[in-house]
Amino acid sequence: MLWLLFFLVTAIHAELCQPGAANAFKVRLSIRTALGDKAYAWDTSEEYLFKAMVAFSMRKVPNREATEISHVLLCNVTQRVSFWFVVTDPSKNHTLPAVEVQTAIRMNKNRINGAFFLNDQTLEFLKIPSTLAPPMDPSVPIWIIIFGVIFCIVIVAITLLILSGIRQRRRKNKEPSEVDDAEDKCENMNTIENGIPCDPLDMKGGHINDAFMTEDERLTPL
Amino acid sequence: MEKARPLWANPLQFVFACISYAVGLGNVWRFPYLCQMYGGGSFLVPYIIMLIVEGMPLLYLELAVGQRMRQGSIGAWRTISPYLSGVGVASVVVSFFLSMYYNVINAWAFWYLFHSFQDPLPWSVCPLNGNHTGYDEECEKASSTQYFWYRKTLNISPSLQENGGVQWEPALCLLLAWLVVYLCILRGTESTGKVVYFTASLPYCVLIIYLIRGLTLHGATNGLMYMFTPKMEQLANPKAWINAATQIFFSLGLGFGSLIAFASYNEPSSNCQKHAIIVSLINSFTSIFASIVTFSIYGFKATFNYENCLKKVSLLLTNTFDLEDGFLTASNLEQVKGYLASAYPSKYSEVFPHIKNCSLESELDTAVQGTGLAFIVYTEAIKNMEVSQLWSVLYFFMLLMLGIGSMLGNTAAILTPLTDSKIISSHLPKEAISGLVCLVNCAIGMVFTMEAGNYWFDIFNDYAATLSLLLIVLVETIAVCYVYGLRRFESDLKAMTGRAVSWYWKVMWAGVSPLLIVSLFVFYLSDYILTGTLKYQAWDASQGQLVTKDYPGYALAVIGLLVASSTMCIPLVALGTFVLHHLKRGDAASVA
Repeated sequence: MLWLLFFLVTAIHAELCQPGAANAFKVRLSIRTALGDKAYAWDTSEEYLFKAMVAFSMRKVPNREATEISHVLLCNVTQRVSFWFVVTDPSKNHTLPAVEVQTAIRMNKNRINGAFFLNDQTLEFLKIPSTLAPPMDPSVPIWIIIFGVIFCIVIVAITLLILSGIRQRRRKNKEPSEVDDAEDKCENMNTIENGIPCDPLDMKGGHINDAFMTEDERLTPL
Repeated sequence: MEKARPLWANPLQFVFACISYAVGLGNVWRFPYLCQMYGGGSFLVPYIIMLIVEGMPLLYLELAVGQRMRQGSIGAWRTISPYLSGVGVASVVVSFFLSMYYNVINAWAFWYLFHSFQDPLPWSVCPLNGNHTGYDEECEKASSTQYFWYRKTLNISPSLQENGGVQWEPALCLLLAWLVVYLCILRGTESTGKVVYFTASLPYCVLIIYLIRGLTLHGATNGLMYMFTPKMEQLANPKAWINAATQIFFSLGLGFGSLIAFASYNEPSSNCQKHAIIVSLINSFTSIFASIVTFSIYGFKATFNYENCLKKVSLLLTNTFDLEDGFLTASNLEQVKGYLASAYPSKYSEVFPHIKNCSLESELDTAVQGTGLAFIVYTEAIKNMEVSQLWSVLYFFMLLMLGIGSMLGNTAAILTPLTDSKIISSHLPKEAISGLVCLVNCAIGMVFTMEAGNYWFDIFNDYAATLSLLLIVLVETIAVCYVYGLRRFESDLKAMTGRAVSWYWKVMWAGVSPLLIVSLFVFYLSDYILTGTLKYQAWDASQGQLVTKDYPGYALAVIGLLVASSTMCIPLVALGTFVLHHLKRGDAASVA
């Protein structure tokens, strides 16, 4: 009698969890890709943990707080590691609708990933697309800040250069008039003495004979 | 008393200015492409021959003319012969066109530089689509780097006809680029002389850093071996020789008037022969150096993509046949494929169309040049390196230095004739003239920031300078050798520098170089005529790749105008001077 019941239960289970069955999902794990040397072996204890995580996710759904680990059925475990799973209702006769399982898994994907040290690429639930994390969008794009800084520096530098250029030109414009004043003074002094202006001779294109220049040095300084 | 001509503070500034001008983006993005297309290591043979036969003599000629005449291009050619001042005008026009579109590259370099300060780099990930379930469609079909270039940077329209509006982001960057150029040329040689210390030397620092990093990257040797293996049969291909000659010609920046402008600020006694040889050697050395860096980056990128492809194929097979995770590796892939094909033939034939044939050679074979190389291929390689922000900042900073260095030469070519002219310089100070030139260029340059701007950029890049420069340099050489007189020029140089001109230069100037230029000119002209309608590459967002389209009529008209406006200057000004002379002679005769 007991044997008959046992066969009945496994038969029903076998029917409920089958590859491609209604409300069944295929799961694929790539443990070695994710962890390399620290990869753990997939055994029945890991399967138990998986069932626990799925049951935990279902418990978060309203009206499904009574989901137990035994309600989650796994089948067709391959070397890959991949397998199919279904979640049954408390009577163990029907499987829960796929939409409910989908929402439950999506909401808790991060927790499930964390439990197995995997991520969205290495723990895949086929037919349950994961929500991709949106990229960080700061309120002011970073590039505008850097642009603004460099722009201000360049503008300040240009203004400084232009202003110093204007100042230099004003100084140059003043100098020739100062030189002219000095010439006038010299002329006035010399005309007082002799009538022959001496200094202007030097400035107005005369050639200085270098031979006579060194004579100044022969005079012993006092 | 006449105002003394401003001089370079020391000869080193002059050499640095020439190097900074000649070593530009072409060394980084055109030479590696040519090297790859025309036989790898064996391309160096025509390249070096053309350098000695064409590059050095023409460079020496331009520097000597500038140093002797001590004026910008218009004044210099007017001194040689009043009928030939059109050559100078043509140089200024070509430089004007060049500076209009060249600074847009600097704007793009600024854009990428500012975006390099983010984690992750914006061109390394695709943006999400509307409901966050997957990636943007255009980005999926193309790659994330292509998407960032075509959509985020250019926001390119599907064809030339659809203009779109001016994009404010590239427009801001262009404005900044022109402000930076204005800052550097503001005070003439005083400011330019100091800036060229940086723009000439910093790119080399970055290239050396990149060389060390590039050579230590995984897969770099694949690229180097593949690219540099000489394919001797390419030496028989005339296109290899023509492209070597063209590359030397344009890489040195001959004919724009920039070299004449720079040399005019030299002391008359400087040894321009030595400078010419140094500058041309450094320019070619930089090209070869940059191609070593580029090929190691290519090798890294190709190896990375090849290994990714293998991983994808392994994953596909592992998932389809539920093999153990990590069982398939690169070494046993073929074996296992064979086994699976025989063991599960039906399942294998289902999956077979999706299995890509991964080949390292086909990855290495993708030869890219121009903006595609700089902004797509390099960024793709950079995003896979560790600390990619640092490498990205370094790389775009180097591109900026190269670009601004060349811009300094271009603007000098335009400004020197303007500041030399008595009429203009008596009314406006130097700063105002530079400011006006920058403003006009910036305003016209806004065309290149429109959605169709990149297509107009390609038009300018391909047609604004090529034919005109060949003609200008040809007329220059003939003018110096036959109109001014080679003997007279030689004695001028001897009196100026104190050194005799060797027979080698005289033979090159009078015979070989003009012949080379004529053959290049004939080749290009026949090439344009034979190809018939000109075509361009347009970006198709729905397919995520480039498609070829024909230029519309008005674009062809613009191309014709570009070429005509610079080349026609020479005969028109000659004609104008002839007419003026006749009128003057007629007046004098009537007076007498």
